[in-house]
Amino acid sequence: MVSQEVAPREKRELDHAQERTEAGRFFSPYSDIHETDRAVIVSMEVPGVDKSALDIQLDKGVLTVKGRVDAAKYQSLRPIYSEYNVGSFVRTFSVSPKIDVSGISATVTDGVLRIELPKAKEALARKIAVN
Amino acid sequence: MVIRMRDPFSTLLGLQRAMDNVMGSDWFGSRTSGAGAFPLINVFNDGDDFVVVAELPGVKKEDLDIKVRGDTVRIQGKKTIAYEEDASVHRRERAAGEFDRTVTLPDQIDAAMVGAEYRDGVLTLRLPRAESAKPRTVTIN
Repeated sequence: MVSQEVAPREKRELDHAQERTEAGRFFSPYSDIHETDRAVIVSMEVPGVDKSALDIQLDKGVLTVKGRVDAAKYQSLRPIYSEYNVGSFVRTFSVSPKIDVSGISATVTDGVLRIELPKAKEALARKIAVN
Repeated sequence: MVIRMRDPFSTLLGLQRAMDNVMGSDWFGSRTSGAGAFPLINVFNDGDDFVVVAELPGVKKEDLDIKVRGDTVRIQGKKTIAYEEDASVHRRERAAGEFDRTVTLPDQIDAAMVGAEYRDGVLTLRLPRAESAKPRTVTIN
């Protein structure tokens, strides 16, 4: 149920410890992680990132999500008032070994990326019958 | 009279917070009316047009309501986050709820010519200046 107002929040820019060698600004997207019986689902807010500009990689149990924002549309515009900055998104998560790596899927709708990490068969919860 | 404080720290922190709110509000600033409300906006000039851009990830197009009148734009809507019924939440950073923000632009807008685009969670409004607000060259006889 929505009744409360959305509080405005500044985007989280990466700090120096996480600074990258690539040019441009990087932000850490606000993310939710929730779990169902079957899967762990990560939802990330990546406004302005086109499907083709998303790069999701899983390497050695680390899930890295990168989203590039095309700043070309701002090139011809003259800023007169600004409240937020625009830049790419990057965030990494460590993934439990109980995830079925081959079954990971991702969709993006209205600037929210949803990554579904299905649990491996052996990690699914089982009901144990008492004899 | 004995004033009993249950937790002096929470009282102090509450006071601190109230002070911060006053200082952090846009009451004394030179910002746009409605600043400090969701969504955050950027305003650009493109020739005679104003371009207002806002990030609204997770808001459905049909949940957005935009109204233009005179020199103000009102962006209204709601953001919902839905999970499966049996889900347990590990981390919750995203915020959901309703929003309503009115922005005042420096000039009158031609409401009939306003264009809106919503793509990948980014709302872009193109607001042409009204004819009456456009500068006119005066020829000297």
